[in-house]
Amino acid sequence: MGDQAPAIELRGISKAFGPVQANKDISLSVAKGAIHGIIGENGAGKSTLMSILYGFYKADRGEILINGQETQIPDSQAAIAAGIGMVFQHFKLVENFTVLENVVLGAEEGALLRTTMSNARKHLTEIAEEYEMDVDPDAVIEEIGVGMQQRVEILKSLYREAEILILDEPTGVLTPAEADHLFRILRGLRDEGKTIILITHKLREIMDVTDTVSVMRRGEMTATVKTAETSPEALAELMVGRKVLLRVDKKPAQPGRTVLKVDNLKVVDDDKVERLKGISLEVRAGEILGIAGVSGNGQSELLRVLGGIERATGQVEINGQQIDLTGRHSDGRSRRERGIAHVPEDRQRAGLIMDFAAWENIVFGYQWDPTYNNGWLMDNAGIREETEGKMERFDVRPPHAHLEAKSFSGGNQQKLVLAREIERNPDLLLVGQPTRGVDIGAIEFIHQRIVDLRDAGKAILLVSVELDEIMGLSDRIAVMFDGKIMGERLPGETNEGELGLLMAGVTNGGSA
Amino acid sequence: MDAMPKWADMLLVPLISLLLAMVISALVILGIGEDPWAALKLMVQGSFGSTYGWGYTLFYATNFIFTGLAFAVASHAAMFNIGSEGQATLGGLGVALVCLALPWPHWTVALVAAMAGGALFGAAWAFLPAWLAARRGSHIVITTIMFNFIGLAVLNYMLVNVMRPEGSMDPASAKFPDSTNLPSLHDILALVGIPFSKTAPANVAFLVALVACVLVWLLLWRTRFGFELRAFGKSESAAVYAGISPTKIIVVAMLISGGLSGLMAVNNVMGEAERLVLNSVEGAGFIGIAVALMGRNHPLGVLLAAILFGFLYQGGAELALWTSIPRELIVVIQGLVILFTGALDNMVRMPIERFFLWRRRNAQAGE
Repeated sequence: MGDQAPAIELRGISKAFGPVQANKDISLSVAKGAIHGIIGENGAGKSTLMSILYGFYKADRGEILINGQETQIPDSQAAIAAGIGMVFQHFKLVENFTVLENVVLGAEEGALLRTTMSNARKHLTEIAEEYEMDVDPDAVIEEIGVGMQQRVEILKSLYREAEILILDEPTGVLTPAEADHLFRILRGLRDEGKTIILITHKLREIMDVTDTVSVMRRGEMTATVKTAETSPEALAELMVGRKVLLRVDKKPAQPGRTVLKVDNLKVVDDDKVERLKGISLEVRAGEILGIAGVSGNGQSELLRVLGGIERATGQVEINGQQIDLTGRHSDGRSRRERGIAHVPEDRQRAGLIMDFAAWENIVFGYQWDPTYNNGWLMDNAGIREETEGKMERFDVRPPHAHLEAKSFSGGNQQKLVLAREIERNPDLLLVGQPTRGVDIGAIEFIHQRIVDLRDAGKAILLVSVELDEIMGLSDRIAVMFDGKIMGERLPGETNEGELGLLMAGVTNGGSA
Repeated sequence: MDAMPKWADMLLVPLISLLLAMVISALVILGIGEDPWAALKLMVQGSFGSTYGWGYTLFYATNFIFTGLAFAVASHAAMFNIGSEGQATLGGLGVALVCLALPWPHWTVALVAAMAGGALFGAAWAFLPAWLAARRGSHIVITTIMFNFIGLAVLNYMLVNVMRPEGSMDPASAKFPDSTNLPSLHDILALVGIPFSKTAPANVAFLVALVACVLVWLLLWRTRFGFELRAFGKSESAAVYAGISPTKIIVVAMLISGGLSGLMAVNNVMGEAERLVLNSVEGAGFIGIAVALMGRNHPLGVLLAAILFGFLYQGGAELALWTSIPRELIVVIQGLVILFTGALDNMVRMPIERFFLWRRRNAQAGE
């Protein structure tokens, strides 16, 4: 490569949204034929920077050079013309179109589709062969898996002759095996001379697949290093600005009596699809049971049933007492009265009222509790005072009880939910995706609080799609696939490979 | 952080919207060859220049406070109740039945009973749409607007076939007994020695409306139920997570909303007409929507907006009386105010938000 011009060079890019400086004087150079990682916490400015590169936003200042040529990118058409392709975190595919139709969409050659389609079919097959991405051009998008859908997104870019491919958090929806497959494809593309920018918050992926990596923090590019010359710990420190504990520090569990006993739990959704196909499990006091699995395999339904949101059949006992699953005699409130606290998977849609102030959210779900009421009226002053204490103990920043939930960052929103649920001192804590969209610095804190609750002798049911999190926190791991539990493992006696196979529905005896 | 301070959201945005509506109205008046400044002076003079004017302004405002509060309560539960008109119509029926049922010994007793009757009938008229929305998913806008028509038909039937005094050709009830006549503001203010127009229709129902404002505020922001209602209105999925029953919130919020609409009848039926006539609500149910939108669904805002619309009603009547500006134009002006304060809210809001952001950024840069 040597003196060849870089594929992308950014000089002094700045972008502000109102008072927020999303990108501050960013300079970046990505060599041709390299996989370049960009890592940073949520809100560090990664997505803004890529959106500028793809023509969604216009930079306030700075210039973009593509292959050494200064280039204006006012919209995504210009980005495509400059040879830039983007694969978004949430795919932009038409669900009921075929692969071929999706690839062609927006790049039709004329008013009539016939010639376009036959040319496209030939071209697509060539590309797919060249980069070893097997896809059926006539498969309908909604009938193929997410890994395949992602390949269609990549093919879409290649079809438009992209030389530079940007992938935004591409592994969020993939199993470990699918992620590995994606990385193989990316390496293949690099070897063919394509340039790839990989945006992620997962340190492991950066270490696995990138050649160089840039770290962003608070809108600034803090470092660019060769991946071979750095370590996850060093990168984490660059991201957060201080030393971070990547491993969860915990003592062996001291499991006590059984708190939660689930037997043959079944859920059928409105479309008559069976979402839970007979789940049985137990969680004991003082232990964390982790449920691993690719999202959409019934974990959400399990949490929602136990949290009193969804109806089910089967048996659930809490502290030896049966609870009603029909929804006729129970709801989220009666579950709370039984000592079940629930940190839901989606804090913005369920855990918090985004337009409510922090102090209103800190009693949300417990507003009926006599301690928050003076007879007919709510004790708002008392609640505000209590909120300040909770925000301090859970390090919620900024510590202002009157601010609306939506004005806090993801991590601080999650701390609000955790402060509310954990400080109820529940017998059973249901936790879904505790650190989704949460900064690394806050992850450490949240994990510690969950372990503390376990050490206080409480039962915890943890659902997460982050395998690292499951491995690090759980005392036992159950893997869910297609509404069933594929097996239970102890974290010390298994590895990501074995769990990954279970998550894909493969047991020792073959595919399920 | 919010883009702009609360006072700007509550006061500045509605005021600028109002100003814009006034400017356009002025242009329209200019267009038909009248003097907008003189028209404005006449409107202000006619509605605030005398106790007689005040009496009418506050009478209209009382109607709008009840329907505005009704819309606001339902709105906080994310229910778009545009059935105030029908609920107030039925409320009138309730009030009339109560007033004609017994020889009431004193107006205070009659008032309490009539309030109960009006609220009950109004709430009952909101119940079916609420139940359909909660259990069958029927859209509240469709059902409540249908119920407006059914309500009018029910009133028509009742007046013509049941309540019309023998020999009368007028589709109206008999006059209520004198013992149910409510004291007017003239009577009340005379107690403290303040002179007030004797003929203006404003009456004790205005004070009931003020109490209703306070009670609605307490309900929404100080009680558990209000907390749950607002939570449901902001996020149904979160409410279900918290164990709040959507059915309960929808039905109870709509009952309260319908009840408030029904209470309006204490003002117009019992306080002013003193008998029940067809079309006694006169569109106040729909004005309530604009009042609530302009008042940001807050009781204080509803009170202020109701007085503004009272002014438009009374001032508009004066215009029609004393100038060649036709009555229809008054409706245009009212429509413009509704358009700017309600529908075009964001048009004003965005530039103001930008202004505050710009100011804040400059302040930071200056530090």
